[in-house]
Amino acid sequence: VANALVNVPARARRGEVIEIKTLISHPMETGYRRSQLGTPVPRDIIRLFVCTYNGTEVFRAELHPAIAANPFFVFSTVATESGTLAFQWTGDNGFSATESATITVD
Amino acid sequence: LSARRARLLAASALVLLAGMAAAGEMPLAGRRSGYDFMSRETRAMQDDDTANPGMLGVLEGGALWARKTGAAGRACAECHGDGRASMKGVAARYPAFDATLKRPVNLEQRINRCRTERQQAPALAHESRELLALTAFVARQSRGVPIDVTIDARTQPFLDNGRAAFYRRQGQLNLACSQCHDDNWGKSLAGNTIPQAHPTGYPVYRLEWQSLGSLQRRLRNCLVGIRAEPYEFGAPELVELELFLMWRARGMAIESPGVRP
Repeated sequence: VANALVNVPARARRGEVIEIKTLISHPMETGYRRSQLGTPVPRDIIRLFVCTYNGTEVFRAELHPAIAANPFFVFSTVATESGTLAFQWTGDNGFSATESATITVD
Repeated sequence: LSARRARLLAASALVLLAGMAAAGEMPLAGRRSGYDFMSRETRAMQDDDTANPGMLGVLEGGALWARKTGAAGRACAECHGDGRASMKGVAARYPAFDATLKRPVNLEQRINRCRTERQQAPALAHESRELLALTAFVARQSRGVPIDVTIDARTQPFLDNGRAAFYRRQGQLNLACSQCHDDNWGKSLAGNTIPQAHPTGYPVYRLEWQSLGSLQRRLRNCLVGIRAEPYEFGAPELVELELFLMWRARGMAIESPGVRP
């Protein structure tokens, strides 16, 4: 099970720029390391992070090896309407995690 | 030797002894948490619960708290209730004396004793994800609580051992903990600022480790750094050192889970 923490303001004025923070637990194993016995440690990273706002994509990030464990994203978007922000992380070994948050826009 | 001279000598010897005892101790008011030595960015990371990666461990620990486990099929919550209330201040009192073992145990050992005795589950490995998560969850509930380990006739000998270890030169570099953390804190060791070694934020999320880690992991790191043979995880010597460090940091606020560079 993946643990994720998201921080979205509960309320915002229409047109306001809001800041969104997400943190997810993931080892982000680069694939370049070797174990103590010399065998390569297979790569295990998150490849893609997508945030949608009422179904419209507002942020996307592609991840690569050498990004630290437990990736933390801070980004902003414009509060256009009340609704749901959905977050999805996908990666190696079939990794998939979702989280969502609601926002009220007045 | 006149009587007056003898008295004077005795008095000066006493003053000298008192001076030696006091020399090592850090003045309480001058103590600073490792937090104060960090960059603005790292402090911001610790302060924001949605940016602090240690909170992922707290989140996981909260789930483990409620999960039934072991042959007894019992969850932590069935005895201790809501950990967010019942565990407040607990981490600030550890290491604490265990009447059965007749020695102090640290928080990780206390959790494992609950597992093996009450839950009849196998003890969790030191530095395992689960043990760190549970410890982080318990320690989180003491945030802001002043450190207050109990020093009495039972724990005093262990405190004395810990203090002796702190001031003892060891390893190939022949260094004592105190030489860095009492005498040279605030100066640089390679690229890092030497902190005063107050265990206020454990378990900490160390950016270098990219994970949570216990105080014992940190102590073993330091021992390797001075090229001494590190004690095994859970060794009595490490718990005694933990006890001394917590006593040395008495009254300082718990920050768990801390973030350190």
